[in-house]
Amino acid sequence: MSQFAINILFVGGSFLLYIGIAIWAKAGSTKDFYVAGGGVHPVTNGMAIGADWMSAASFISMAGLIAAGGYANSSFLMGWTGGYVLLAMLLAPYLRKFGKFTVPEFIGDRFYSKNARLVAVLCLIVASVTYVIGQMAGAGVAFSRFLEVEATLGLIIAAIVVFVYAVLGGMKGITYTQVAQYCVLITAYTIPAVFISLQLTGNPIPPLGLFSTHVDSGMPILDKLNQVITDLGFNEYTADIDNKLNMVLFTLSLMIGTAGLPHVIIRFFTVPKVADARWSAGWALVFIALLYLTAPAVASMARLNLMTTIYPDGTAAEPIEYDSRPAWIRDWEVTGLIQFTDKNEDGRIQLYNDTPEFEPQAQARGWEGNELVVNRDILVLANPEIANLPGWVIGLIAAGGLAAALSTAAGLLLAISSAVSHDLIKGSINPAISEKGELLAARISMAVAIVVATYLGANPPGFAAQVVALAFGIAAASLFPALMMGIFSKRVNNTGAIAGMLSGLTFTLVYIFVYKGWLFIPGTANLPDTPENWVLGISPLSIGAVGAIVNFAVAFVVSNATEEPPVEIQELVESVRYPRGASQAQDH
Amino acid sequence: MAGHSYDAEKYWKANLRLIFGSLIIWALASYGFAILLRPLLAGIPIGGTDLGFWFAQQGSILTFIALIFHYAWRMNKIDEKFGVHEE
Repeated sequence: MSQFAINILFVGGSFLLYIGIAIWAKAGSTKDFYVAGGGVHPVTNGMAIGADWMSAASFISMAGLIAAGGYANSSFLMGWTGGYVLLAMLLAPYLRKFGKFTVPEFIGDRFYSKNARLVAVLCLIVASVTYVIGQMAGAGVAFSRFLEVEATLGLIIAAIVVFVYAVLGGMKGITYTQVAQYCVLITAYTIPAVFISLQLTGNPIPPLGLFSTHVDSGMPILDKLNQVITDLGFNEYTADIDNKLNMVLFTLSLMIGTAGLPHVIIRFFTVPKVADARWSAGWALVFIALLYLTAPAVASMARLNLMTTIYPDGTAAEPIEYDSRPAWIRDWEVTGLIQFTDKNEDGRIQLYNDTPEFEPQAQARGWEGNELVVNRDILVLANPEIANLPGWVIGLIAAGGLAAALSTAAGLLLAISSAVSHDLIKGSINPAISEKGELLAARISMAVAIVVATYLGANPPGFAAQVVALAFGIAAASLFPALMMGIFSKRVNNTGAIAGMLSGLTFTLVYIFVYKGWLFIPGTANLPDTPENWVLGISPLSIGAVGAIVNFAVAFVVSNATEEPPVEIQELVESVRYPRGASQAQDH
Repeated sequence: MAGHSYDAEKYWKANLRLIFGSLIIWALASYGFAILLRPLLAGIPIGGTDLGFWFAQQGSILTFIALIFHYAWRMNKIDEKFGVHEE
């Protein structure tokens, strides 16, 4: 069977499975549609959160980021997991107790203000739409490489599949497809990693392999990697960094942003009890950690593999000839994600870091610049080919990458559509709408959101690469502080909360736009986006945490200068703090 | 009702204490050992690098998992002790 047929089999099979689940789990009520009926087991929910959370960025891009940055990019690992501690202790159990359907609904009720609810809807939509573009674009890449179809056609196929199970099943359909998608993506991620770890270190468990001995050289594998890449002018992989303030703030922004992302929070509304919300945060992190503990091992091993492929006889010897390059390099060259230019025209592939410091050594060897550019996103996707694994593993990776992208897209689309149908239509425009009418509105807004997301995925705006900063910045600076203060303070009132959200948001957006361009329009940046220009060395990617502090401070100062919240609001805060009896609390 | 709200206050304080303790460990494992205090741990070797690197790429995540399960377990006990758990 050809590789193409294998890929079709894996991807097509997984899609049929998702659609089958959707038909089985059709939503009959708004409660089914928004919170899957509220009866999801905490372990099942933990697995669904894992798929909901682990996006194309986690599956495809993260190992590549760590491979490129080494220790310095550990922020992604800590930031995208540490947020679950905050969720488990500061948000999820209380929001579950509140017992409504959306995140803006809590903000609107707690701060007794339609405007607060609308600000929250706006933040939610901007954060989720920017995030969903990345998922659809990721699905497009996986389609074009593995199924040899145009990225646009691939996207449309993916959109139809999401449409069927998300529009039909709502949260109920999404929950059970996410469980299936988790199983697909974790298998796809782990199998190649196990083989590579075995080949390089003899240890079948990748996280242990990372700290084991490299079989060929007898050195610890991280030592070997450090040696190989410093020989070629790159920074040491495990080296410490100077700008610790920025690393702390970047990690903190990712953690707070993770905890404030609405599509993750609403998954906690699907479990029966407050105690289950706590457990499911733990299970979610277990399932996420299976991938997040494997990723740094994949990162260092794949980087070492790449280097030894190019320099089979060691870094002191000459690199391989271009004509004898392995098949996977040829395949990825077609997609443009690997590019080769023979600058010194010797027919060999010189891969090194062409910095001024390395220049004397490069000259001595007759090298005239780095000749191979490898897009770091292909690291995970090309992993099975680099390690010469059988064809079915490649088919599995294709299905896994798509599972990661589609499961996150579905979760985001649900968050967007419930904000539109429940918070905008039922909450503001037409409160008298019937349940049937609201369910129809939810399905229509989901369908519209899918069309918009597909269009933006096929024609990604130039700022697609910057959206991570934007989505996490917004979630960290606006939603997380408002939710936390709503639970932990009885004193913060409507004026304070709105002022806090708006100032945190404005502060964060302005700081990002000053360096990245206003609305990301090229040429409109006021300062070059380089470390020398950042205030106190804080990068625009790290500013969300500072925005959150601004939000907290403004909200407290304004609230203390204005009236206390009414008694019934203080009782509402009391009631979310105690797990027992949602109905009792409202009887007072 | 008065006795109930007194207990309620003690329950909430117990929760806050548990959260506070957990977040200190949370910060220590990530911002502490993995970033700011890494130079102090540089002398402890582990598989070709130092303990700070291990915390940055594995130790912090394992600590987070332990913290959440510990919190869930303790908190569900505290719910029962104060009689605020759900049936």
